[in-house]
Amino acid sequence: MSEILTKIEIITRPIQFEQFKAELAKIGVSGMTVSEVKGTGLQKSYVETYRGRNREMSLHDRMKIEIVVCEVPVQDVVDVARKFLSTGKPGDGKIFIYELANVVNIRTGKEGHDALKNDI
Amino acid sequence: MQMADSVFMFLATMMVWLMTPGIALFYGGMVKSKNVLNTAMHSYMPLAVISILWVLIGYSLSFSPGNSLLGGLDWVGLKDVGFAPGPYSETIPHSLFMLFQMTFAVLTVSIIAGGIAERMKFSAFLIFTILWSLFVYAPVAHWVWGGGWLAELGTLDFAGGNVVHISSGVAGLVLAIMLGKRKESGDSAPHNLPLTFLGGSLIWFGWYGFNVGSALTINEVAMNVFVNTAVAAAAGIIGWLIVEYMANKKATLLGAVSGAISGLVAITPACGFVTPASSIIIGVIGGAVCFWGVFFLKNKLGYDDALDAFGLHGIGGTWGGIATGLFATTSVNESGANGLFYGDFNLLWKQLVAIIATYIFVAAVTYIVAKAINLFVPLRVSEEDESMGLDLTLHGEKAYHESI
Repeated sequence: MSEILTKIEIITRPIQFEQFKAELAKIGVSGMTVSEVKGTGLQKSYVETYRGRNREMSLHDRMKIEIVVCEVPVQDVVDVARKFLSTGKPGDGKIFIYELANVVNIRTGKEGHDALKNDI
Repeated sequence: MQMADSVFMFLATMMVWLMTPGIALFYGGMVKSKNVLNTAMHSYMPLAVISILWVLIGYSLSFSPGNSLLGGLDWVGLKDVGFAPGPYSETIPHSLFMLFQMTFAVLTVSIIAGGIAERMKFSAFLIFTILWSLFVYAPVAHWVWGGGWLAELGTLDFAGGNVVHISSGVAGLVLAIMLGKRKESGDSAPHNLPLTFLGGSLIWFGWYGFNVGSALTINEVAMNVFVNTAVAAAAGIIGWLIVEYMANKKATLLGAVSGAISGLVAITPACGFVTPASSIIIGVIGGAVCFWGVFFLKNKLGYDDALDAFGLHGIGGTWGGIATGLFATTSVNESGANGLFYGDFNLLWKQLVAIIATYIFVAAVTYIVAKAINLFVPLRVSEEDESMGLDLTLHGEKAYHESI
């Protein structure tokens, strides 16, 4: 396989997701996996109070978006992510980029770049 | 017999009935999601167990003629308790009065569940509810309402400050201390406050039946009770939120619901004997003093009254009993008495005797009953069950499922 498969993992605030997803579709990214996660980093912790008892919480709600690309340039995805997900404040999250060994489509058995294509 | 009173008392009985599922939801929302079903079951099961116990023997021990400490056995199995009016009201069927009181007996036990949440064994709690209802609720109800020694002494408890709230609060506290702290008590947080809000609202709704129904008829006293109950609950919210805001700079929904219940608890013994203006004061102080109980006293003394059965019902009930001795006036109810602010010290003294006697008796008998059960069934669940959650380990079901 000559093609390079790249996995992009974006961990960020659970805001503006639908808009971000629409922008990704414009640059050719249509498939992704999204999960709700908790994370902690530079952002300050917050305080919950129940019947006067304070509870300091350092884990914040975040979403994790996993994307695998081959034809679409990785830098395009990163640019869109930074443009739409940056608020300028600590806690915006991180983008992790990995090189993948292979991809297998469960239904068709196709591998590599072919497995990512949407043909039926 | 009178149809209007009977219909009114039927409605009041149904309203008080609703408070018990209300307590189950109120408590259920405040625990972790792995314990919500167990907590709700603890408050729901008295509807099954105590209802039957009440018909078999509980009602007779509480209300039938006996001595000054306990009722007799004349009405066991509802013998002579039928459609004809009984000694407590000439205008409603005796069986209706019995059912109205049944909802009180059930509710009282279900309140206790707040103290023991997230760590008591289901079987041990079930056995406890039966024994406690016989050995604690029945005598205390008899003392106050069945012609026992507190009634003879002349203490005032219109709708059950001693009988329902102090007794359940103190029992919850004693059990909480005997069980010890929850493993995760420092990290506990309500998993579903909207559920608590729904439950708390049902409790408030039912409370109108609880207090107004305690008049057993619709007369001037009953309507004064209705007004007093409404304004005391409102004032309780304000009292709680003011102190909470001063302490934490936040006004919370859980605080508002808790404040309403604190105000309702506080007005319960007083509602038939005080003016609406006094009720507002009783409610505001009730909300404030209950917040102090759960915020300061609980931390200071270090007991794990998980959902504040004592914090709301014990402390609120105690304040309500004292407040009755301060604010009661015969101008609203001739069969009442004048409190300290109306020039008579005697009532306050009697109220204090009633409160202290209830504390001592309830604490002692609760302790003995729980110790006795512990000989046969351990009161507390195993550490492993506690960390896995009681819904799954004790009941084999989960409240919330992930899709996988």
